[in-house]
Amino acid sequence: MEFKHNEAPYLAPRAQVSSIMQQVLLALIPAALAHIWFFGPGFIFNLLIAATFCAAGEAAMMKIRRRDVRTALSDYSALVTAALLAFALPSLTPWWVTATGALFGVVVAKHLYGGLGFNIFNPAMAGYVVILVAFPMHLNLWIAPRMGDIDYQYLTIIESLRYTLTGNLPELLNFDAVSRATPLDAMQSGLNNARTVDEVLTLPIMGDFGGRGWEWIANLIALGGIWLLIKKIIRWQIPVGVAIGLMFPATIMYMIEPGSNPGPGFHLFSGASMLCAFFIATDPVSAATSPKGRIIYGAGIGLLIYAIRTWGSYADGVAFSVLIMNMAVPAIDYMTQPHIVGHNEGSEPS
Amino acid sequence: MTAATYDLGTLHGGLRLSAHKSAATANPIYEVPVPGQLILPIAQHVGDPAQPIVGIGERVLKGQLIAESEGSLSAPIHASSSGKIVAIERWPISRRNGDPGPCIVLETDGEDRPIERWEEAPPYDTLAPDVLLQMILQGGIVGLGGAVFPTAQKLMQANTCELEYLILNGVECEPYISCDDVLMREHAAEVVGGAQILLHALGLDICYIAVESDKPEALHKLTDVLNEISDERIVLKQVPSIYPSGGEDQLVQLVTNREVPSGGLPTDIGCLVQNVATAAAIYDWIEKHEPLISRITTITGDGIPMAMNVRARVGTTVADVVNFAGGYTESAKQLIIGGPMTGRSVTTDRVPLVKATNCVLVMSETPSPGPEMPCIRCGDCAAVCPVQLLPQQLFWYACADDEKNMRSYGLTDCIECGCCDLVCPSHIPLTADFRKAKGRIREQADEKARAERARRRFEARNERLERDEQERKEELDQQKAAAKKGGAAAIAEILKRKKKQDED
Repeated sequence: MEFKHNEAPYLAPRAQVSSIMQQVLLALIPAALAHIWFFGPGFIFNLLIAATFCAAGEAAMMKIRRRDVRTALSDYSALVTAALLAFALPSLTPWWVTATGALFGVVVAKHLYGGLGFNIFNPAMAGYVVILVAFPMHLNLWIAPRMGDIDYQYLTIIESLRYTLTGNLPELLNFDAVSRATPLDAMQSGLNNARTVDEVLTLPIMGDFGGRGWEWIANLIALGGIWLLIKKIIRWQIPVGVAIGLMFPATIMYMIEPGSNPGPGFHLFSGASMLCAFFIATDPVSAATSPKGRIIYGAGIGLLIYAIRTWGSYADGVAFSVLIMNMAVPAIDYMTQPHIVGHNEGSEPS
Repeated sequence: MTAATYDLGTLHGGLRLSAHKSAATANPIYEVPVPGQLILPIAQHVGDPAQPIVGIGERVLKGQLIAESEGSLSAPIHASSSGKIVAIERWPISRRNGDPGPCIVLETDGEDRPIERWEEAPPYDTLAPDVLLQMILQGGIVGLGGAVFPTAQKLMQANTCELEYLILNGVECEPYISCDDVLMREHAAEVVGGAQILLHALGLDICYIAVESDKPEALHKLTDVLNEISDERIVLKQVPSIYPSGGEDQLVQLVTNREVPSGGLPTDIGCLVQNVATAAAIYDWIEKHEPLISRITTITGDGIPMAMNVRARVGTTVADVVNFAGGYTESAKQLIIGGPMTGRSVTTDRVPLVKATNCVLVMSETPSPGPEMPCIRCGDCAAVCPVQLLPQQLFWYACADDEKNMRSYGLTDCIECGCCDLVCPSHIPLTADFRKAKGRIREQADEKARAERARRRFEARNERLERDEQERKEELDQQKAAAKKGGAAAIAEILKRKKKQDED
């Protein structure tokens, strides 16, 4: 009897890129629901717009590059980019801002560098930074989280959608009526105005560890992240690195001068720290790839986030930190090659 | 009480694979009847092919030497049964994936008449190690774990090193294969006896028999035998069932916590590894004078109706063995000699079983994982690599054909275990890519060496021509000087000498 010749191994692979991406998306669902609960339906609109433009950008670029459009779309990586971008945006964001970020992320940061697997920068963060620089006003319009005791003018779904489509608030409402400083903003401006951390923390937007509402989203993001760790979709090195990099300087500064430095818990549960640790920094394509390198990469991001929040002009610094560390990845990978079995420790592999 | 111990070194990565072994180990070892025709490849081992010493038409007996070992690395081949040599020709063989290679074709006479025993040899422990090694060489014994390195030469090489441990490899970590397991269950005494002979031949005092913890019955039988003979030198070690802990270097690392140096051998760090089946074969040869003419092979996979272990004569074709096992099922689409991780897929079942054949795996088509995607650098491959390579980086350099970086990232240290392939979410055939890259590097190195040789030859030639030229010039100058000094008499002298030269 005759048979076909194949190359070993003959067992089927166990994993799929698409299922990895799907699980990342699944892990974000609880946090997304919390986001919608606290900040209104705008998140859904942002997500739909981001997803549409990410997918369209991906399809168009694959077509231009004469590759198979279906394969690229079915790996779900464009959707992950869209989801991360949607988490970074205020729930009131005009569609063209979202679309710009999505298109820049997918077309420029991803495909102009060679597409999935070849992009140096995290597409979602590259897209976010572009709109942060181009439309700073729109990205500061965070509405207050839904908490019973806050005096606040809510928008209906229709009003929210109308804002997304036109960028106009209903008549008789201005930005000041609907928006609130984010906890990080409040902390930064409070400290700049010579108030102490404890004073700032008494503001109604502040919760138990971080900002009210925000901390719950952070909790659920951590939950999703831990699920990904258990499923071995991500590994512990990057999240732990980010946490150490962020909390180590925060703890030291807090111990030296607690009045003017918020504690490590506040840093970890505010802004996008948790999202960064579990979902953004862990994007494998743009992260360091050796186990030791991943700790260094994560710690670098954490340190930079702390530095930008404390001494920079932006309230949060996740996107910049990630992009800066993306640039350091080749060097980190080069310097952290693991010891190959059979090569003497310390000597150059021959 | 000799219980199996667990104190082990660490091994990076590896995979827990579903074993698929119980179907075969549930059955006893079946004896495959001697077929009408035996095909005996003359190159069944690493090194130089054996040299046939029989003619076509010659009658041979079972166990008779039919091809001698030739060169410094080779092993002889014996007739697996009695009969007539009908051809020495090219026949499909498994080490060439089913392409033909030189074979001796033996038509059996059904009598299976053994050759007259030689005169009774003295007990092995009265023999000098050198004599014992020579005897092992004559038994045609090769490493039965898959590498088929001629055992005698491996032992001779080992005896030039400072050895500490003999390690018998009973790990058999690849899925589906269970021939060593059933060997240890049914022939534990032979395995231990082989270990004793090896210890004597090597002048060693410590032997570890390493067995995977998912083989309780084999462990049990070995423990019984060890208790019975109470040989303190032999210690049983359990190793976890993680693929590829049975790789030679990996096992050394597990058992001794020493790393085999890159490009080196276990003997560099004082260890010699032999497969348990090799030890049993040595015992059979030295104690029972049975050369290596049969072995236990696992016949398994969803392409045959019932998985089993068989003892078949070397030279029985796969077709004969599968017939014995009940023929193919409808799902028989791939024929693999060896296991599903490192085996070779062959194109025809006309290939014979050889000394190396530990498993015949008949499988349905490997389910298609979908198209190959770009690497997303998830690093899962690095997490499972037993040599701690970064396959994701190596792949990058292999695509770029960047030899310098491939080397510095340890391409030549890759053991081709296939773990990275299995976990890759992008379904990149990493092992095959690395195998090809290694081939390319080897070719380039060969070419470089050839160019270097040519350059040296060319330079030497130029130098020689220059030297000759110089010498001629000097001679001429001397003659001129002599002529000037001596005048006419000297010229006459020179002419006379020249004439004499011409006459000669």
